[in-house]
Parts: sequence; C-alpha cells; structure tokens
Amino acid sequence: MDRDGTVELVTQAREATAQRTPVRIVGGDTKRFYGRAVDGVPLVMRGHAGILRHDPAELVLTARGGTPLAEVEAQLASHGQRLPFEPPHFGTEATIGGTVASGLAGPARASAGPLRDFVLGARVLTGDGRVLRFGGEVMKNVAGYDVARLMAGSLGILGALLDVSLKVLPMSAGERTLALELDETHALDRLADLSRGALPLTAGSWVDGHLYLRFEGSDATLDAVEQRVGGEVVPEPRALWSSLREQTHPFFGGARPLWRCTVPPLAPPLALGSSPLIEWNGLQRWYRCAAGVTAFEAARTVGGHATLFRHGPGDVEVFAPLAAPLMRLHRALKHEFDPAGILNPGRMYADL
Amino acid sequence: MTPDPALVRDLRAALGPDHVLVSAEACAPFECDALNTQRHRPDVVALPRSAEQVMEVLRACRRHATPVVARGAGTGLSGGALPVAGGVLLVLSRLNRILELDPARRLARVEPGVTNLEISNVAAPQGLYYAPDPSSQVACTIGGNVAENSGGVHCLKHGLTVHNLLEVRVATIEGEWLVLGSSAGEAPGLPLLALLTGSEGMLGVVVEATVRLKPRPERVELVMAAFGDVRRCADAVGRLIASGIVPAGLEMMDAPAIRAAEAFAHCGYPTDAAALLLCELDGLHHDVQCDLQFVEALLREGGATSLRVASDASERLRMWSGRKSAFPAVGRLAPDYFCMDGTIPRRHLADVLERIGEMSHAAGLPVANVFHAGDGNLHPLILFDAGRPGDIERAEHLGAEILELCVAVGGTVTGEHGVGVEKLGPMCAQFGAGEIEAFHGVKRAFDPDGLLNPGKAVPTLARCADYGAMRVHGGKLPFSHLPRF
Repeated sequence: MDRDGTVELVTQAREATAQRTPVRIVGGDTKRFYGRAVDGVPLVMRGHAGILRHDPAELVLTARGGTPLAEVEAQLASHGQRLPFEPPHFGTEATIGGTVASGLAGPARASAGPLRDFVLGARVLTGDGRVLRFGGEVMKNVAGYDVARLMAGSLGILGALLDVSLKVLPMSAGERTLALELDETHALDRLADLSRGALPLTAGSWVDGHLYLRFEGSDATLDAVEQRVGGEVVPEPRALWSSLREQTHPFFGGARPLWRCTVPPLAPPLALGSSPLIEWNGLQRWYRCAAGVTAFEAARTVGGHATLFRHGPGDVEVFAPLAAPLMRLHRALKHEFDPAGILNPGRMYADL
Repeated sequence: MTPDPALVRDLRAALGPDHVLVSAEACAPFECDALNTQRHRPDVVALPRSAEQVMEVLRACRRHATPVVARGAGTGLSGGALPVAGGVLLVLSRLNRILELDPARRLARVEPGVTNLEISNVAAPQGLYYAPDPSSQVACTIGGNVAENSGGVHCLKHGLTVHNLLEVRVATIEGEWLVLGSSAGEAPGLPLLALLTGSEGMLGVVVEATVRLKPRPERVELVMAAFGDVRRCADAVGRLIASGIVPAGLEMMDAPAIRAAEAFAHCGYPTDAAALLLCELDGLHHDVQCDLQFVEALLREGGATSLRVASDASERLRMWSGRKSAFPAVGRLAPDYFCMDGTIPRRHLADVLERIGEMSHAAGLPVANVFHAGDGNLHPLILFDAGRPGDIERAEHLGAEILELCVAVGGTVTGEHGVGVEKLGPMCAQFGAGEIEAFHGVKRAFDPDGLLNPGKAVPTLARCADYGAMRVHGGKLPFSHLPRF
C-alpha cells in the first residue's frame, strides 16, 4: 500500500484555515476517547499511507502517517525488529501517525523509554497548510529545534503527521514472565528493588494481588533470573501483556472513569479509594474512581500527574492543569503552527 | 563598546559588585568558546551564584532590551557561547552544586554549572553513573549539555542528553519560571523538555537539571579490530548493527587519526591499519559473553586484519584513551583544525568517507576522520594553518562541502556539536525557508524580543538567500544527482 495524500490534505488544511473551520485529525479513530472531545470536520489520514523506507541496518523506519501500526510492526518483525516502546493499538485500525500523536507507550516503557525518545524525524502539515520537514532519519541530529520530538503526544494540536521516522531496535533473544503473589505495598517495594538492579526487567505490572515481571535476554540469563527472582513462570505471557497494553484485561472493563497516574519512582500507594493496576515498574498506575472523584491532586502530591483516560463525563479537563506561564507558551506555540486554531481545538486543553 | 551604565548598576545591585565584570582584561577570557576562530570580547560578564540571581540578570537584560548569552564551561565547538555585540555574557559556572543525589530513585538534581563527569563521580560509590559522555566531559557542564543535546561515545545504546534528562527548571527571558518534564518521566502538555534540549540557549536558561542515573553494567568488553581498507571497516559496521547487536559504543578511526592518536596516547593502536574499529559491549555477564563471541566472528569474517579484546579494565581504558584524545592528537599535526560534525545514514559511510578523501585532496588540506560509526556521526577534522593566507577560507569551504554532502545523502549538518555560529550557512542547505521560518516561530514563542543568544542556531532567511546564491550553481544544488529526503 503506497498512497500519497499530501496534496489533498494540504488543500483541506488551507481551506479550513481560510474559513476558520475546526478540523478533527483522524487516523484509525481508535483513540478518539483519549483527550477532550473535538467537534470538527474529519481530516482523514488513512488515504496517506505506506512504509517509505526501512533498512534494517539503519535501525530506522519511515512511514506515512496513515500507515496502519500493524503493518509497521509486521514489517519490523519480519526483520527481527520492533518499536521499543510497545505502543497500544486500541483497535485494528490504529495508525503510526496516531500512535506518535497520542504519545502512548506500553509495558516496555519503563525499560525502553517513552515514545518521544524514538522519534527521529517528522513531516508535518501545519494548520495553515505548510508542509515542513523536521529532524531526519539519522540517530543524532541537533540541526534546528527538535520540532519532530515536540510532535510526540501533541495530540495533533500543532500539525498533522504526514511522515514519521522512528528509531527501531532488535527484538531480544527471548523473554520469560514470572508471577509472584504479593500485596500492593510489597509489590511496589519489589519493583523498586528490581528496577534499581541490573536484571533485564522489561515490564513489571501488578494487578489482583499478583506481580508480573517480564525479563528479556538469552536463555542462560533468563534461567539465572528465574532462580534469583523466584515465582511461577507464566505460560502465556504474550496474552497477559497484550491484555494490559490493549486494556482488554477485566480491570479495564465497565464504565467507571479510568484514571492514569504517572508517578516518580518509590511513590507510595495513592489514596484514591480503589485498588490500582500498576505498570511500568510502579511508575504508571491505573485507577477506577467513582464518578466525581478526581485524581489530579493525589498524583500531584507525590510529584506525578494524572489523566482522566477514559469514561469521563465529557466537557471537563482530562489532563492535569498547566502552570500559567507554561499554558501561555502552549498558546504561543499553537499560534505559530496553527494560526487559525483549527487543528483538534480543545483536544488537549479547553482553550488550546 | 561601553556597556549601558544603568544596566551595569542593576546587575551589580543584583549580584554584588565583584560578580559583574566590565574591564577589558577581566572580560577577555570569555571572548570565545572552543570554536576559537570566532572571537568577540564581551562588554559585560555576569557571574550569578544562584537561580534567583540568574533570573535577576535576565530581568535586567529585558528591562534594558539587552541581548544575553548563556555560557557554561565554554567547551562548545560551534560558537554557541560566542558573546554578542552590546550584550551580557551570563556565565553559569558558579552554579555548581549537586542539589540532590538519590540513589534509590536513580536520579541526580544538579545546578547547570556542574560538570558532566562530576555527576558520574559522585554517583560512583552507589554503583551508578550518568550515561552521556562527551569527550569534553571533564570540563563541560550539564547546562551546556542540555543546550547542545550532547552525545558521546556511548549514546548508541545509552542515549543522548535528551534521553537521560528527567526535568529542568528554566528561567525565561520574560522573567518567569518554567518546570519542564518531571521526575515521573513525563509531564502533561506538549513535550517541551525535548524541545528545549539542544536549543542552544535560545529559548531559556536552565538553572537546575534532574538527570537519570544508570547502574554500572555487570560486565564490559572492548574489541579493537584493524582493517586494511576503510570500506571493509564501514561495511562491518553496517553488518554488526543489522545483526541485532546494539554495542555500547562503536567508534571508527582512519589512518591519519590512528597514527596521530597512537603517537599522542601510546595506546597500542596498529599504525599500519587503514581503519580501526572500537566496539564496546556491556550488560549482563552471559549476554556480553555471547555477543562478544558473535562480534569477534563477524569482524573476522568481515576482513579484520587483527583483533584484540582488552584483557582488563586498565587495558580497556588505555584503548579508549587514544580515541578520547583523538582531537588534540590530530590537532598536533597542523597549527589549526576544524572539527566537522555531520551525521549520515550508516549505509553511506564508505562512500562518504571516500568522497571526503577526494574533496580533501582537491582542496589541498588533509582531513583525519574519527567518529561515532554506530550512529553514523562523522567528525572529519580539517587540518590547516590560519597563518597561511587563504587557508581559513579554504578550510571553511571544504567544511561546508562536507556538510552539504552529509545532507545530500540524507543526513544532517550537526549530530551533536550544535549549529552555533559555525553552521548557520550549512543550515540553509538542510532546511527550506518554511522550516527556517518555523524555527523562528518557536523562538518567538519563548523569546518574542529575540534577546536570548540572538543570531545563533537558526539563520535568517536573508542569510540563506546569500548562501544559496553562493552555492547553487546553474540552478542546481550540489550533488543534485543524489536523492534528497
């Protein structure tokens, strides 16, 4: 599949800016729930798709924004490579552009780093229809401001992603997941200990009284790890990690508001009135809070921040509020890239 | 130029009279950074000792509409800390306290004037270190590292500054405090910490940085492989990366660099080799053992004429010493040198090195190559004699040609040294008017009056028009036969 929709997208952006018509950027529409609701004409990215370059020896892949995430992952897997941040799909139609724009990462985040660490370049369509190429396809690049990385998690408020170039990494030789029965406090302690050490821990999650630890490396290393850490070997680890990444685990069922808290290492359990699902070796914690309860303050108190990830009442702020000078900067940057304010207005914050 | 007396009065009131320099002899040491072909003696040097004093300096500069240039240790290679006419030089080296070392959370919170190596030194008793290790790490400061997004020989596996930075506190020229990033690893809103990293002091002044510390690896091995020709060595680099191994460092040197480094550091390099590869592996004991065997076999099959694995830590450090001192070592071969910093896709390594050899021959100026092969980050060192008429111009022209070649094969004009004043021209080869204008837009958002480090990092469109007129021949960009992307 190789379709270049640049011309149509540019035309649509220019017209929207000229007529001050709000636009909702749509990839696979799998993450529509994330962020605030946007009322706008769809800017459909799916017609702009295709993997442009992947030379395994370069550890770089470049694809059009509308390329299905599954296609990107299949291409990488056929060469023994992967996206190190293990992004969630939240649906079969997920695109690579939407993946970068949402900035979300899966279980490997704590060991591999966030999505933005792997953004090398981007071709961006601004609100007023300019097509700008930032960054590149090389590992090190400090020419100009790092606008490509600025797109990671920007939720389309600065531009639509026409192409992205990502650093990719080889898959590991093997993996093994161990399960230990522990309560929340002891699980957090154990995760803190393990993430300080040198063991190849690539995912650590706790749910329903069980701590799940994924290690990657050679067989000999995994045998040594198993001896040292103990616990039971999980027979179908891929299904487990997929259910956490894609939020198909029963914890995520139902319609109670889902809060995501990211906290610094060693943060204590948060007093939010429910038992969390913990990921990222303790740094990401999910809560199902009663309607009307907000997690902003609880997360802020321990030096982290909270997001109302799903099932909010609508028309409320879902991201933690920004300090006034920071908000002014956001507005100024938005104005530079989207002078008419037509791109995903209100998706991140009400007046952005 | 005599500085504005009202400004000097304000600065002295804020910092105390001893911490504001105005005399020619006191200001002279600050006239350049490590790009010493460009010099401008500052009119005023401000030496704050606290974040609040930094803010006072910025507020005073804004009040008096005076440009201000932040400087750490002055080790930058692109003139990013070159003082600007009529401006204040804000020297941050006295903000040099380690505010917090938290081994349990594996992080350090430091002031911007703390040196890169000091962080690793204080963390060492805890078995931790700060991963980015630019060659200047003994002297360069963390504030400067943030401004330049510094790398080093281990960033292929362990990342650049941007990958090891958690949070910064920034004073803006508008007189406000910003906290970007978070020790939680992410913060709400746009990822402005990533935007600020590598912004060359144009967007704000970092007064505090929280960095991630890593545990020392269980085992480290260094393999040195010699090759009879550059192409075989470059091809081995590509095969090694494609094989799925991510070395901690993968460094390459050509014959002139090998011989200069050996003469300088006596590190045991084979001086008859055409190319030398240093490949460091780190990690868990068993994994390193497997990788080591694999890498040895791969390099042997790739045509390495000799192969040596460092027998212990002291031999490893000796083998690294040649690489780490390669710049000063090559510097002894000629009165002056320019260090270029282009990055290219690795698949073009051999072709680009060959082409640089031809350009060097045509220009009549020797070039030595010592570089981060794993990242494709080249450091061609152009040797010249500034005392010989025309040499500087020829060296600058050759440098620009080399950088244009890097852009033409899909690379960049600077991998880790920054644009500063040095690469303003070549920036015009890499970016079009739209991108350049967008960069100015980013600058406007942070610094509407253009007072922070003005004239650096991003060329004006007028300058690019001049650059284009100079370098575009017959309506064609250089290397027009090569694909551009």
